[in-house]
Amino acid sequence: MSHLTVSNISKQFDKNEVIKNLAFTVEKNEFVSILGPSGSGKSTIFSLIGGILSPDQGTIHLDHQVINGKRGFISYMPQTPSLLPWRTIVENVLLGQELQGKKEKEAALDMIDIAGLTGYENAYPHELSGGMKQRVSFIRALLSPQSIICLDEPFSALDELTRLDMQKWLLSIWEEHRRTILFVTHNIEEALFLSDRIIVLSNKPSQVAAEFHVPFSRPREESLFLEDEFLEWKRKIYYSLRKAQAPCSAAYGLEHSNRDKGNTVSIAARC
Amino acid sequence: MVKIIAKGWRPLTVLLLLFIVWETVAIKSGVPDWLLPTPTKIFYEGFNGWFNFYPNLLSTIKLSLLGFALGLLIGLLTAILLHLLPFIRESIYPLLIISQNIPIIVLAPLLVIWFGFGLLPKMIVITLVCFFPITVAALDGFKQTSNELKHYMIMAGASNKQLFWKLELPYALPSLFSGLKISATYSVMGAVISEWLGAKEGIGVYMTLASSSFRTDRVFVAIFAIVALSLLFFSIIVLIERWLVRWQLKGAK
Repeated sequence: MSHLTVSNISKQFDKNEVIKNLAFTVEKNEFVSILGPSGSGKSTIFSLIGGILSPDQGTIHLDHQVINGKRGFISYMPQTPSLLPWRTIVENVLLGQELQGKKEKEAALDMIDIAGLTGYENAYPHELSGGMKQRVSFIRALLSPQSIICLDEPFSALDELTRLDMQKWLLSIWEEHRRTILFVTHNIEEALFLSDRIIVLSNKPSQVAAEFHVPFSRPREESLFLEDEFLEWKRKIYYSLRKAQAPCSAAYGLEHSNRDKGNTVSIAARC
Repeated sequence: MVKIIAKGWRPLTVLLLLFIVWETVAIKSGVPDWLLPTPTKIFYEGFNGWFNFYPNLLSTIKLSLLGFALGLLIGLLTAILLHLLPFIRESIYPLLIISQNIPIIVLAPLLVIWFGFGLLPKMIVITLVCFFPITVAALDGFKQTSNELKHYMIMAGASNKQLFWKLELPYALPSLFSGLKISATYSVMGAVISEWLGAKEGIGVYMTLASSSFRTDRVFVAIFAIVALSLLFFSIIVLIERWLVRWQLKGAK
């Protein structure tokens, strides 16, 4: 059985169907990205897995346990760093563990070193840059005792260069300290560079529109971004995302034609 | 310290100027001392009558500290209760506002009739004056807790208890301290009013005796003492705030 199994869950708010019959799995120590346009209910999926919301139908399994509407089973890294401003960096890193009842200060200090934040252990969050705060937020999630980490577009608020650095940094840490990761993003390159598997969501109500196994070997280098195979994959996923977004015949036709990207955008936008 | 001097010289100069104008006007116009004593006479009386005055001062300090502590406790407990139990908040909050609309001067004699001249009616007066700013400030602080942080805490599996102690309470501290500053100064006023009800000693007693015997200079000594005491309480709270909320002050520069 997979580590996380989401089976046919549906969720609607009043009459607004956000998720319908969504099903996917995540294996132990796998890095899975959920790719979808904004407003495709990505955050709702996390709220469901995190137990803030309960699905109207379907079940969510973690190993053999049903975790519908139960909190405390995932560790979480939100879009914003969400560090407590009155806690020092090491105290913030320990927060995830603290909520589950046990603190390992040594491990936290080690991880702060590994994360390249040596010397900032006793600094307050406002003394750190945006990228550094996100690193703290990630190691807080990494050190939490739960077996699966959910990352909700963690780099979307960073500038391009910092984002690239953070992606490389995240990979290097994760390749050393393997954990199960579910990563939500709307950035195709990010998903390709980081994940083992990509799940493309359709428009509302969200369903799995396509699924891709990313073939690139690890450890991955920055140069991957410019390789032909990478760009080919990017195109493939781009088309499938477009198709998922605009299910009209024009988009279907485009998937098979090999027009340049600019053309695709203008036609897809029209339908 | 340097900062205090750098910032404090302006109001101090104004105060000094005020005293000089007061002194000159009082002397030039020949107003009798029982009507308006000059500042020098007031300071003279404060200095000379110190041994008479300071047991009263001490008694008022004790009373206001005790009252403030009780007000803080009740104010904070009320806020926590109202925050954690929304259905109670809806039914009690309006009553809290009403409690502040009853003039203490009217209520005070009633309290004496009900509870006598002991400590209890005095504590009730001070607490009534003190708890409200604390409750309102703390409730506001709890309510303003950042949704972002709350969302993280809930997603990461924080229980309601953890959410309160690890997030909402520390988040409310800056706001709570605004309430504490107001309450700390009110507590002195509350103590003086409660001493008017009947007490053996205290600034309130000293003031009543002074005014009924037309010792206006002593009334002013009492007034200055009350002002100084309020300022002292205020600055103590500010110091505690600086220490407890140091993460915020550093961020605000």
